[in-house]
Amino acid sequence: MSIDWTTYRASGLHDELIGPGGGARAAGRALIRHLSELGCAEIGVRQQAAELAIKVMGVTFTVYHEQGGSIDRAWPLDIIPRIISAKEWNRIAAGLKQRVAALNNFIDDVYHAQRIVKDGVFPLEIIGSSRNFRPHCVGVNPPQGVWAHICGTDLVRDKDGTVYVLEDNLRVPSGVSYMIENRQVVKRVLPELFESSSILAVDDYPAALHEMLASLAPRRQGLPEIVVLTPGIYNSAYFEHSYLARQMGCELVEGRDLAVHEDDCVYMQTIHGWRRVDVIYRRIDDDFLDPESCRADSTLGVPGLMRAWAKGNVALANAPGAGVADDKLVYTYVPDMIRYYLDEDPILPNVPSWRCSQPKDLEHVLQNLEQLVVKPVDGSGGYGMLMGPQSSQRERNQFAAQLKAAPRNFIAQPVITLSTVPTFVNERIEPRHVDLRPFILSGPSTYVTTGGLTRVALPEGSLVVNSSQGGGSKDTWIVATEN
Amino acid sequence: MLSRVAENIYWFARYLERAENSARLVNVNANLLLDLPPEYRPGWLPLIDITGSRELFDASERRAEERDVVHFLIAELDNPGSILGSLRFARENARTLRDVLPNEVWEHLNELFMEIKEELPGALNKRMRFKFLQKIIRGMQTLTGELEGTMSRNDAYTLMMLGRNLERADMTSRIIDVRSAQLVPAESAELTNFDTIQWVNLLKSLSGYQMYRLRARTRVSRAAALEFVLRDTHFPRACFFCLQEVGTFLRALPRSAAVMGSLAAACSFLKNADLERLDQPGLHEHIDLLQLHINVVHQGIARSFFPPHVAAEAQMQAQTTSASVELRAARVTRLEDAPAG
Repeated sequence: MSIDWTTYRASGLHDELIGPGGGARAAGRALIRHLSELGCAEIGVRQQAAELAIKVMGVTFTVYHEQGGSIDRAWPLDIIPRIISAKEWNRIAAGLKQRVAALNNFIDDVYHAQRIVKDGVFPLEIIGSSRNFRPHCVGVNPPQGVWAHICGTDLVRDKDGTVYVLEDNLRVPSGVSYMIENRQVVKRVLPELFESSSILAVDDYPAALHEMLASLAPRRQGLPEIVVLTPGIYNSAYFEHSYLARQMGCELVEGRDLAVHEDDCVYMQTIHGWRRVDVIYRRIDDDFLDPESCRADSTLGVPGLMRAWAKGNVALANAPGAGVADDKLVYTYVPDMIRYYLDEDPILPNVPSWRCSQPKDLEHVLQNLEQLVVKPVDGSGGYGMLMGPQSSQRERNQFAAQLKAAPRNFIAQPVITLSTVPTFVNERIEPRHVDLRPFILSGPSTYVTTGGLTRVALPEGSLVVNSSQGGGSKDTWIVATEN
Repeated sequence: MLSRVAENIYWFARYLERAENSARLVNVNANLLLDLPPEYRPGWLPLIDITGSRELFDASERRAEERDVVHFLIAELDNPGSILGSLRFARENARTLRDVLPNEVWEHLNELFMEIKEELPGALNKRMRFKFLQKIIRGMQTLTGELEGTMSRNDAYTLMMLGRNLERADMTSRIIDVRSAQLVPAESAELTNFDTIQWVNLLKSLSGYQMYRLRARTRVSRAAALEFVLRDTHFPRACFFCLQEVGTFLRALPRSAAVMGSLAAACSFLKNADLERLDQPGLHEHIDLLQLHINVVHQGIARSFFPPHVAAEAQMQAQTTSASVELRAARVTRLEDAPAG
């Protein structure tokens, strides 16, 4: 049975594949034609094949709070890809590079002269009150002046088609392994399309990551010893830590495998004895890195690690303290940073935001709570937010009180109706909302993943894409079109 | 290779090997019991001592009857000497070794664990038991084959081979011990036939009967069978062969001189024993001492290649003074200390 796209309703929404008239957008034409030929029953068969492949490949993520402690769940993938034309992607990639360059300039400036404050572009008090500002990092010079080597930036598209930056994850962003595995699986189950269209490859990421990490090594001779530092098998992203270590051919270490010796260098304990480590791709939060200078109760980290890093004896990616720019209030200044440091106009816009720390903005927010999304500046994963249109009067009153008590801790944004992509649910194809997380590597050169990880909210009408809350994922295709 | 990973892969291999040999152990006891005249049947309880799990067993609610003992040996998840317990610990170790082990091995082990857990209730039934144990032995042999056929001969492989061979030497000695626990009067003429049948059974349970015939070319006798399973240099489940293998793989590692010393001591202990003159209690004691030697080799490996554990150090102290009874208790402690993830 072929698919009737005229009944596919995405009214009032922006769909990534189907245009307003019900016809396919240019970059998605081949895909839509192919899906129509396959029909729902065959798509269902292929979807099952994909789920089986994921089980066999052992692509999992870990969920804690269910009975039996933490368990490995098969990674949820919807086989219908999300497509972006190469032309549009080139513009987005340029915007991401620009953004990350400005952010790295900003972080370096924060821990040094703070020119941006002296020039009156950025208020001093925001730095001091940022939860992720690290006094230990003041005056440290990481290699190449780069702090956020790996950045995961979340993009959303609103109903008018504009792509906005929702947030920048500069601490330990995850998801890139799933981007690569999604492609492996979709190639297996929709091979015909890869033969007939030019879909850009995504699997050079581990090589690019390895090259960037190697460039950070303090010792210049011989092969650098690079390790991936994981909190352990019960971490939700353990699959990814293990995956990236395997792909790069380096050791996956835990804090207890490492020690800082008297020469302030980092060593790992091997069967051949202690071996010097040059670069640590750490997947542990700042707070837990070094019990000597951060949380004394941390058993995940390595005593003395900050000392070794500050002396330049080991490189940490991302550098400690990079999270200072993760703060959502700092986020609102990124367009200003781009103008200030790079003297360029921002290519990608921020979602318009009100800074509750400013009295005029606060007043506006308090009067329009019903239309706005209010977010805590240091939150992530959609926790602690107020969704104005869905909120009750009581919730709004509570939030108003919180806003007045600690305005610095909140920003507000209009509701963005995320764009949709056709998705196979309930044995048929329906529109579901998506976001996109590309990854940007900053080293001697800047690398942007080809597309990124598309996350999709599976329940009808839902805007929550987190995999821990019922979200799924899609392969993301950057497709070159004729014109 | 990281010391922590080295320890995990060593224990992964030991637990895999232990699961297989525990299945052989239960099988051999079942067969021996059936062949003995009823008045000489010692039952199932000796297996608890032989596997070194007396303390755990006494602490459990289980009683000394066949059903309970067999359940304890096959299905007790918290008994690291039980088949299911060994498999569980092998799997928990494998989970941390995804970057080291071939992917198929992880998938297969996972599958096997699920299947075995599912079939367990049926397997506690006497009639189904043999088939179930056979399946476990085959499954473990398949896994071993997959590891052989797909794993690079790197440090991880070396550590795995150390674990496998040391555990195998230890478990073969325990399987022989089952035989020594059958306190049949050795000189009694009417029982000589039973005696021969029992040694044949023991060889079969180690899949060694055929190889024994090729090697010994004589009828099965106690002395010749013991010589074969303890000291043969060609049969892969013979204690001496396993220790030889440990030596071969140790040579590939740095800083192995100290362990090599302990290994040499274990080998000469095996070589110099006068097997013909050992009566049943003497055999039992001999095996205890052999296990003590094997444990010293293990401690040496741990000291040279694994991250230091406070508990392991304390335990080593205890073992230097150990008599054979303490050794078996220590075995249980050692199992609990082993990393499982």
